[in-house]
Amino acid sequence: MEDAKKLEAFQAKIDADIKIEPKDWMPEKYRQTLIRQISQHAHSEVIGMQPEGNWLTRAPSLRSKKILMAKIQDEAGHGLYLYCAAETLGVKREQFLEWLHEGKAKYSSVFNYPTLTWADIGAIGWLVDGAAIVNQVSLQGTSYGPYSRAMVKICMEESFHQRQGYEIMVTLANGTDEQKEMAQDALNRWWWPSIMMFGPHDADSAHSNQSLKWKIKRESNDELRQKFIDKTVEQGLHIGLTFPDPDLKWNEEKGHYDFGAIDWDEFWNVVKGYGAGNKKRLAHHKEAHEVGSWVREAAIAYANKKNNIQKSA
Amino acid sequence: MEKDNQGILWEVFIQVKAGRPFKHVGSLHAYDKEMAMQSARDLFTRRNEGNGIWIVKADDIISSQSVDDEAFFDPSNDKVYRHPTFYEVPDGVKHI
Ligand SMILES: [Fe+2]
Ligand SMILES: [Fe+2]
Repeated sequence: MEDAKKLEAFQAKIDADIKIEPKDWMPEKYRQTLIRQISQHAHSEVIGMQPEGNWLTRAPSLRSKKILMAKIQDEAGHGLYLYCAAETLGVKREQFLEWLHEGKAKYSSVFNYPTLTWADIGAIGWLVDGAAIVNQVSLQGTSYGPYSRAMVKICMEESFHQRQGYEIMVTLANGTDEQKEMAQDALNRWWWPSIMMFGPHDADSAHSNQSLKWKIKRESNDELRQKFIDKTVEQGLHIGLTFPDPDLKWNEEKGHYDFGAIDWDEFWNVVKGYGAGNKKRLAHHKEAHEVGSWVREAAIAYANKKNNIQKSA
Repeated sequence: MEKDNQGILWEVFIQVKAGRPFKHVGSLHAYDKEMAMQSARDLFTRRNEGNGIWIVKADDIISSQSVDDEAFFDPSNDKVYRHPTFYEVPDGVKHI
């Protein structure tokens, strides 16, 4: 059993907003929660490159191609920052990849949906990155030092992601009827998955309370979701789009938007991997990893060879 | 299949501009020094974040234990005479 005194001192540090660093004592459950959460976050950044990569070769202009490439490169970087933060908890990079490939580790289920049209790239940047930003801004204040520092860096880089997506939506919404319809269709398909990115309602969230107490999370799922909805609806209405939720209404009294019931069966199906995209995403990641193994082997051989030359010189 | 090998862990420090100290910005994996430098450039300086990079193998860093280990830093507490506020200066004396 863990020392009650240590636990008390740990909670006192958390309450005083003192960040926890890798070598500090921490409860085993705190460590495990972070390992799960940070690696899941890292996998999401990396798997999230796939739906966007799908449009790289078909982006409608050189400008949009360059922007999308820069955005995807940022996401790769986010994955790497986060893997390193997770590794400070005593798990190796190789292990995280293995857990992903074995299906033991999750990533955000929103990336299992297909990107059917160019408008989906707009909707992803605007809605999916928009939701991620709300979550990540909050996580800058997380109690674990390396995670918090990664979040600060990531938030700085995210700032253009949502704008580039929204710009695509604006362009399409102001275009021909067909283009406008394409934008509307993308919003219709991505709205609910984006809202579900914040996870289950607070009342049904297994880990939430302890995570809030340890300040791993700073705001609850429902609080973050509401923030995202309040910010985003105006942006859609402004360009003449509508939201696929008849119950979405401004509530003057609360100062927030009311919204309809979320279809959690759909959510859990996608989380548990039944989503059409899940198999495809994992297979693609595994293949890239295996096909790239010769690069790792060559790099190791080259590094060893150079070391030997240095030693014998 | 060969066991997966993701390379060595390196810590990266960036100097924002000449004259400033190098500050830790994060870590990365690479198989050798050159690759570490190229990855650090691609990963940490895509937006003019700096013009100087230091990279150290994480294993080569010597670090103190943790903030929980307060005793290690005790010697600094009982030597208040290291701070300028310890000394009395007569009224009216300036620029000291
Ligand atoms: Fe990201
Ligand atoms: Fe992003």
